[in-house]
Amino acid sequence: MMSMLRRRKGSQIEKTSNSNSLIPEEIQGRNDEDDKKVTKEKATKKKVDSKKKWSCVDGCCWFIGCICSIWWFLLFLYNAMPASFPQYVTEAITGPMPDPPGVKLLKEGLTAKHPVVFVPGIVTGGLELWEGHQCAEGLFRKRLWGGTFGEVYKRIEPHVLVTYSKAAAKWLISSIDKSFYDILAAFEIQSVLFPLNDWIFCRPLCWVEHMSLDNETGLDPSGIRVRPVTGLVAADYFAAGYFVWAVLIANLARIGYEEKTMYMAAYDWRLSFQNTEVRDQTLSRIKSNIELMVATSGGKKVVVIPHSMGVLYFLHFMKWVESPAPMGGGGGSDWCAKHIKAVMNIGGPFLGVPKAVSGLFSAEAKDIAVARAIAPGVLDKDVFGLQTLQHAMQMTRTWDSTMSMIPKGGDTIWGGLDWSPEEGYECGPRKQKVNDTQMADQNGTETVGSQTKSTNYGRIISFGKDVAEAHSSKIERMDFRGAVKGNNLANTTCRDVWTEYHDMGLGGIKAVADYKVYTAGSLLDLLHFVAPKMMNRGDAHFSYGIAENLDDPKYKHYKYWSNPLETKLPNAPGMEIYSMYGVGIPTERAYVYKLIPAAECYIPYRIDTSADGEYEGTCMKGGVFLNDGDETVPVLSAGFMCAKGWRGKTRFNPSGIRNYIREYDHAPPANFLEGRGTQSGAHVDIMGNFALIEDIIRIAAGATGDDLGGDQVYSDIFKWSEKINLQL
Amino acid sequence: MASILRFRKLCYVEPVKCSSLGFESFETPKISKKDENIVSNVEAVLEKKRRRRKEPKEWKCVDCCCWMIGYMCTTWWLLLFLYHCLPVTLPGFQVPESPGAKLRKEGLSAMHPVVLVPGIVTGGLELWEGRPCADGLFRKRLWGGSFAEIFKRPLCWLEHLSLDNETGLDPPGIRVRAVPGLVAADYFAPGYFVWAVLIENLARIGYEGKNLHMAAYDWRLSFQNTEVRDQSLSRLKSKIELMVVTNDYKKVVVVPHSMGVLYFLHFLKWVEAPSPMGGGGGPGWCSKHIKSIMNIGPTFLGVPKAVSNIFSAEGKDVAFARAMAPGVLDSEILRLQTLEHVMRVCRTWDSVMSLVPKGGEAIWGNMDWSPEEGCDCDSTKKKYLQSSLSGQSHDTNSSDGKLGFQVEEPVRYGRIISFGKETSQIPSSKLPTLDSKEFSRASTHLKSNSSCGDVWTEYDEMSRESIRTVAENKVYTARTLLDLLRSVAPKMMQRADAHFSHGIAENLDDPKYSHYKYWSNPLETKLPDAPDMEIYCLYGVGIPTERSYVYKLSPSNRCSSIPFRIDSSVDGSDSGCLKSGVYFVDGDETVPVLSAGFMCAKGWRGRSRFNPSGIATYIREYQHKPPASLLEGRGLESGAHVDIMGNVALIEDIMRVAAGTTGAEIGGDRIYSDILRMSERISLRL
Repeated sequence: MMSMLRRRKGSQIEKTSNSNSLIPEEIQGRNDEDDKKVTKEKATKKKVDSKKKWSCVDGCCWFIGCICSIWWFLLFLYNAMPASFPQYVTEAITGPMPDPPGVKLLKEGLTAKHPVVFVPGIVTGGLELWEGHQCAEGLFRKRLWGGTFGEVYKRIEPHVLVTYSKAAAKWLISSIDKSFYDILAAFEIQSVLFPLNDWIFCRPLCWVEHMSLDNETGLDPSGIRVRPVTGLVAADYFAAGYFVWAVLIANLARIGYEEKTMYMAAYDWRLSFQNTEVRDQTLSRIKSNIELMVATSGGKKVVVIPHSMGVLYFLHFMKWVESPAPMGGGGGSDWCAKHIKAVMNIGGPFLGVPKAVSGLFSAEAKDIAVARAIAPGVLDKDVFGLQTLQHAMQMTRTWDSTMSMIPKGGDTIWGGLDWSPEEGYECGPRKQKVNDTQMADQNGTETVGSQTKSTNYGRIISFGKDVAEAHSSKIERMDFRGAVKGNNLANTTCRDVWTEYHDMGLGGIKAVADYKVYTAGSLLDLLHFVAPKMMNRGDAHFSYGIAENLDDPKYKHYKYWSNPLETKLPNAPGMEIYSMYGVGIPTERAYVYKLIPAAECYIPYRIDTSADGEYEGTCMKGGVFLNDGDETVPVLSAGFMCAKGWRGKTRFNPSGIRNYIREYDHAPPANFLEGRGTQSGAHVDIMGNFALIEDIIRIAAGATGDDLGGDQVYSDIFKWSEKINLQL
Repeated sequence: MASILRFRKLCYVEPVKCSSLGFESFETPKISKKDENIVSNVEAVLEKKRRRRKEPKEWKCVDCCCWMIGYMCTTWWLLLFLYHCLPVTLPGFQVPESPGAKLRKEGLSAMHPVVLVPGIVTGGLELWEGRPCADGLFRKRLWGGSFAEIFKRPLCWLEHLSLDNETGLDPPGIRVRAVPGLVAADYFAPGYFVWAVLIENLARIGYEGKNLHMAAYDWRLSFQNTEVRDQSLSRLKSKIELMVVTNDYKKVVVVPHSMGVLYFLHFLKWVEAPSPMGGGGGPGWCSKHIKSIMNIGPTFLGVPKAVSNIFSAEGKDVAFARAMAPGVLDSEILRLQTLEHVMRVCRTWDSVMSLVPKGGEAIWGNMDWSPEEGCDCDSTKKKYLQSSLSGQSHDTNSSDGKLGFQVEEPVRYGRIISFGKETSQIPSSKLPTLDSKEFSRASTHLKSNSSCGDVWTEYDEMSRESIRTVAENKVYTARTLLDLLRSVAPKMMQRADAHFSHGIAENLDDPKYSHYKYWSNPLETKLPDAPDMEIYCLYGVGIPTERSYVYKLSPSNRCSSIPFRIDSSVDGSDSGCLKSGVYFVDGDETVPVLSAGFMCAKGWRGRSRFNPSGIATYIREYQHKPPASLLEGRGLESGAHVDIMGNVALIEDIMRVAAGTTGAEIGGDRIYSDILRMSERISLRL
């Protein structure tokens, strides 16, 4: 724009100087007398030699031209550069890189054997638009979620432009006294979020509208059809350059895998599991595809690799496929035995994740990708003035799938008011801990006893730091269940953002805070209280208890299928189940909340980020109690079923399917050239972990769990599982 | 920054001039240095203005260039900005309603699942394993998309696209696979749609991933090999079965395009054939799973273009020809022997052989006779007027055609390849009678091909003698063509003979016809036993289409190793059908009407021996109309081979059938060309 204006000015000036009637303003401002002379001289000179004159515009153009040429030149160099050049640089700096596992194992002579099925988790799968409202015109079959975005979106919602300019100004002002870290964080958000989805930026409201589901049915709102992307592209990269499955796919391809032997079981991760079948027949497609792959590869069974929520989805699938036809897939009781060799769960939240609770309760700390993309710091300050959090909450609460990850098993698993399986865990540096565990194995009770202040992980939500740490007898609690929900808050002022908190009234909000402490058991009541509509849908699709008697006919209902504590594993003694997850990263386990003074448009609860532990090595940081895990899933949730619940022949595992735990100790990337690291244990980055990839390739090429070396454990999972008193 | 600003002002103030032919210096001036100069100059300007006149700042050539580039960039950005500011629909310009929106208003909704079968060259291919030169291209598209690799590393690219010359499968160490899913062929290159328009319109009435499937396959392989290597046919079968089950047992509507038509014909036979060779679906499979097959631009009986392509690598298929202008190729500007490379690569693709004209002289005509003779080539406009006046004008066409142009002798289309213009026109009695078997190869002395770089085509193995024999034989019809190809491309034809057959069956019950090589030839297979199925032939007419060629021997320079070339100097009279060495007939630019329409018009009409169960066939022709304005892009009423996929009428027909209507309800046959008359002339036992 600027250049255009300037050019116009320039041409005008040229004209005027030609006719010698007007004096250009720029020079006039500086020195009148000089300027007159200059223009006169210029005019005369122009008459003398009618050669081309260089004006301001020309200079401008020259400048742009220079920059463009340099840019193109660099681009050309970059393109002409051999593809392996960055690798040379890296190797020159860090020394030779280890062979990627695919190359290494190819040298060992491994080749593709069993077909492989990937089951992506929540938020990592791409979604695309098939039908939309007016505001989404021209975006047919473009990705709404995930993927690389080549599209330049044409129209920006006008109010967004205004808020952006405001935000930019605010940011500039505040950045002056901001710490360096905050600025870095802001840059990170931009660099991650921008390629991720410019739609969020250009038309956020339209985007939210299209990403939301119907609040009553949990299916499509009318006039909108958003469907999962199919094929390997669905979840190979989440955003440009941010790999999810791509590294694993590339390594499998090295030993001979290709499209026909790899299948991405993409599903709409917003829906409840059974609804993916109802709406898209996704489960039927997975069944048919697995059958096809087994048939076309000479009867070799498939190796299934679910990740994150995909673990629960596949658990659901295994029950669904063997159930009789109207509700299930009608595959018969030996379908799994016939078609599945191994299920290799990566970072599986078998028993749920506490993060899901905070996400639903106050829209904070969402799952990996979202959390990374939308840094909470920015959101809290509401720089954008768009009530981002409320929008996010409204949207995520229509997604039934998030409820599949609410902690399951209640107090038995997650601990009560004064007890939790992980108590005694020290959050100090890693090395010290490893030494400790050996000692703790012998005299575990002693260490626990000597600890004056053990962390009460069982209190998943507590209001106030003192409450979180006090002994249960000292806490006064007022039951909230009977509390009358007060009058509606005036929600006219809140624009069009509506969350269920507006229906609760001040009384209800207060009552919730007065109950002080919530364990995994009472959490469900809390969620029922604050989000009745969502939990109504949730109750129809998910269950969070522990089965008394697994033979009870009620457990034939699909809502129990994704809860490992309320289902039996299929009758497939030849199958193997792996639980593979990272350890060594502090992971959210419990929260300290505070009540926000009643500002009517905000979510009334917020994590009390001021709450920090006093002594070193404390597990409380910024209002969150941390525990061992992979940054998202605590070890307990990922490992318990394989460590104890399904070990040997239990009532959950009647046919004695073999279980293996493979833990991967987290090591951050040595330098920035390594990207996200080849030894990472983080929830998503673990997909690039060489050791994990090697394990998967070996199994896919025909090895068994015992060939891999059985269990590989770094954490205290066995000790903790011991403490859980579950009838097996 | 300040210095730059000042510098700009200075630029205005100072009447500097661009040195007109400044070759003085090619060095880019250091900007910082320059700025310093400028700053000092500004002071100099303000303080001692007299000096300024003596040392005017010289603008170098580099600066001029920069200025030019900057100027263009700015203009470009400005235009781009304006373009993006434009509302999607200009108020003055009324966008016609898309067929999807129109039919939705009529209340149509998705009913039958739809399977799309792409044709040759339009499907994308991606790399799964390659040589070191293709490093970093893992799962990137080699074919389709931006084609950036052609320009970056052409030889590497060609190496990866070619198949093994012996087996017709992957060369060792290279795995190139078809891109799966709808993205495989929605756009061929950015902005050049193939299936995208159809998909978008189908989506309007409720189609989505679960009831819309793109049966992508590796179009370079012979059809049976796609099953051997990738199990593509099994996947297609399983996919169709799944879609039928998950959509309330509604049968599928299959929409193949171009070579996909033959591929799906192959599939129909394969799926019902017993297990080791076929899919083991049993005899009722097709009637249980398929509602109708809507062939777009079908190449049932082959295309003459394929012959010229194999013979001399000229006149490639639509998209490819569009992408690379033939002018560039002939003149060897790039000195890369492009044509030879292309020929070598193309000849490793077995699928090209499926497009060689089938049915021999009975269908395509012999020395003196052809079914199209007497049709006029220059009257597309006239014909269009007629047909718009009355739909059944094909009878009057013949008389009218005689009025339109006085032919002393009908064009002999039957001579698909003739050497020299004369020979393509004289009566057959005057032609030398050489037995085609005579040019068995005398491969005693090879041409020295050491000087020709690494390009090796099978012509290098042919002696000069045998090349001359080929040329002296003068005229080739559809029958002798095959012998010709066998002599010039023995390896390729050896593979092809194992996978394809180009004859006409005497007795369809002969057990030999259960071999897969006959399955893609409609003249050697029976349609499946599915009386409720419908077969549509949908194709464009009204565009001159290559039908036969006039060749010449190219001067034997040492490295131009393709010894034959279309004689582009040969032109007919003004109204003639001969233009730069090629005889044209009516068609869709690639497929002549005869090939596209004959099976539906006659071969399968009613109950014939090729169609024992009496499957209903419909011909739907679409008269070509070039786009009215630039804004229309490739036209809403185009009849060209690929552009027809954006034809509104065609899309509407497909959508209606997919939504449950039958062929009779959409209006039965709709014919503009002479196809019925042509079919009459062909004497084929039915």
